[in-house]
Amino acid sequence: MSATAPARDLRVLPVGDRALLVELPGGREAEALHAELLRRRAAGLLPPVREIVPAARTVLLDGVDHPRALARELAGWVIPDLDPRTERSVEIPVRYDGPDLPDVAALWGVSVEAAVRIHASARFRVAFCGFAPGFGYLTGLPQRYAVPRRATPRTTVPAGSLALAGVYSGVYPRSSPGGWQLIGSTDAALWDPAREPAALLSPGTRVRFVPEAR
Amino acid sequence: MTDRALAVVRAGALTTVQDGGRPGHAHLGVPRSGALDARAAHLANRLVGNNEGAAVLETTLDGCALRPRCAVVTVVGGAPCAVAVDGRPVAWGAPVRVPAGALLEVGRAVRGVRSYVAFTGGIFVHPVLGSRSTDLLSGLGPEPLTVGAVLPLGEPCGPPGRVDGALPWCAPPAELVLRIRLGPRDDWFTRQAIGLLTGPGYRVSSASNRIGLRTEGPPLERAVARELPSEGMVLGAVQVPPDGRPVVFLADHPTTGGYPVVGVVDGRDLAAAAQAVPGTPVRFTPVL
Repeated sequence: MSATAPARDLRVLPVGDRALLVELPGGREAEALHAELLRRRAAGLLPPVREIVPAARTVLLDGVDHPRALARELAGWVIPDLDPRTERSVEIPVRYDGPDLPDVAALWGVSVEAAVRIHASARFRVAFCGFAPGFGYLTGLPQRYAVPRRATPRTTVPAGSLALAGVYSGVYPRSSPGGWQLIGSTDAALWDPAREPAALLSPGTRVRFVPEAR
Repeated sequence: MTDRALAVVRAGALTTVQDGGRPGHAHLGVPRSGALDARAAHLANRLVGNNEGAAVLETTLDGCALRPRCAVVTVVGGAPCAVAVDGRPVAWGAPVRVPAGALLEVGRAVRGVRSYVAFTGGIFVHPVLGSRSTDLLSGLGPEPLTVGAVLPLGEPCGPPGRVDGALPWCAPPAELVLRIRLGPRDDWFTRQAIGLLTGPGYRVSSASNRIGLRTEGPPLERAVARELPSEGMVLGAVQVPPDGRPVVFLADHPTTGGYPVVGVVDGRDLAAAAQAVPGTPVRFTPVL
């Protein structure tokens, strides 16, 4: 893995007359570009952009006054690799008691205890948010641990459920329907509009899940 | 002490509190929300002496009825409708005094979909992330109105505005013309599909809501069949779900989505989209 994502791997697509969609070869490069955008914005080196919305392998820049000029500028960027030391980190206490934990362990070909060790020792990063306010898509598990969604989504997944789908981990901020594999639960408030910040997890946050003593 | 509040007597099919919404939080999965016909909401606010961003009520097709507990000045704008105070007809689209305890009735829309009801001081429910808007996708902000609910009003901040000459209210469209810039995923569709999209075959579907203006018409055929990884969505994005019928994203749209966006509708045309009744012909006109 090279230290920088060469700008030639970055494709800028116009979105209406006020936005750009920057497409990258993969999720890792999209996360690196997002971090670089935040860094440049904090340093006052980015023209005004109302929304910077990272996703699976794109970053959307919305509310841009001169999208063509910004698109030309982006093509010349050298994007450094992610630096965990500069990013906010949180620990989330969790009970590995989800109903799908045995199925996930079986998909991984390991015991339930080993599955818990694998998940609890991984270092996660919020790649992007979506689906519901405060729902983060966390990367950090190796590709070989990707799991499918449930064949039949549950009509209700309790708030605080720790769940897996594809290579992503996530925690449901509130009760909702959901098709992810439930492996645990937490009492942490993922979303509280009365709190500043309202979202515990925002793109770029580093996350560790800490098993609670039972 | 005056009790600056309104009691809801008839909630209507769907009446919500709306202001300028909560842009700037899309990266947290928070929709922008806000009045769908922002032009009408701004004008109604100006006419009662509020800032443009004060919270108003947005009705859907059949109005609502309210009983203010204090004397207020109100303006009903947006979709034209009958307005009455204690059963007496009063002006639509112009400031009206409502005495304390009187019944303000906002009738069914004669044309268009959404009427806006502004009050001096604005609706003063507790803001969430800087906005009082109801977000129907993610449930932020106040619940839609229910009978018996009481909505607080803010203090008036200026005299009612004057608009001289003809009022700049826009008529709801007989045909909805939406200027569209193709992309970012127009190359995921066949050339024939792009031709169909800009042709005459689409109408507003009755399944439309604050999240999106759904259409009925010929399905758009994909040139690329694989799944699209989730990506950021903008206001006005024309997303094409698996049934092939384009959906124009309105204020409560999801912040990310996994279906391709064939084009983006010009923001200046979205107020008309908010007022287009089901069955209205839709014409997507490409611009560069």
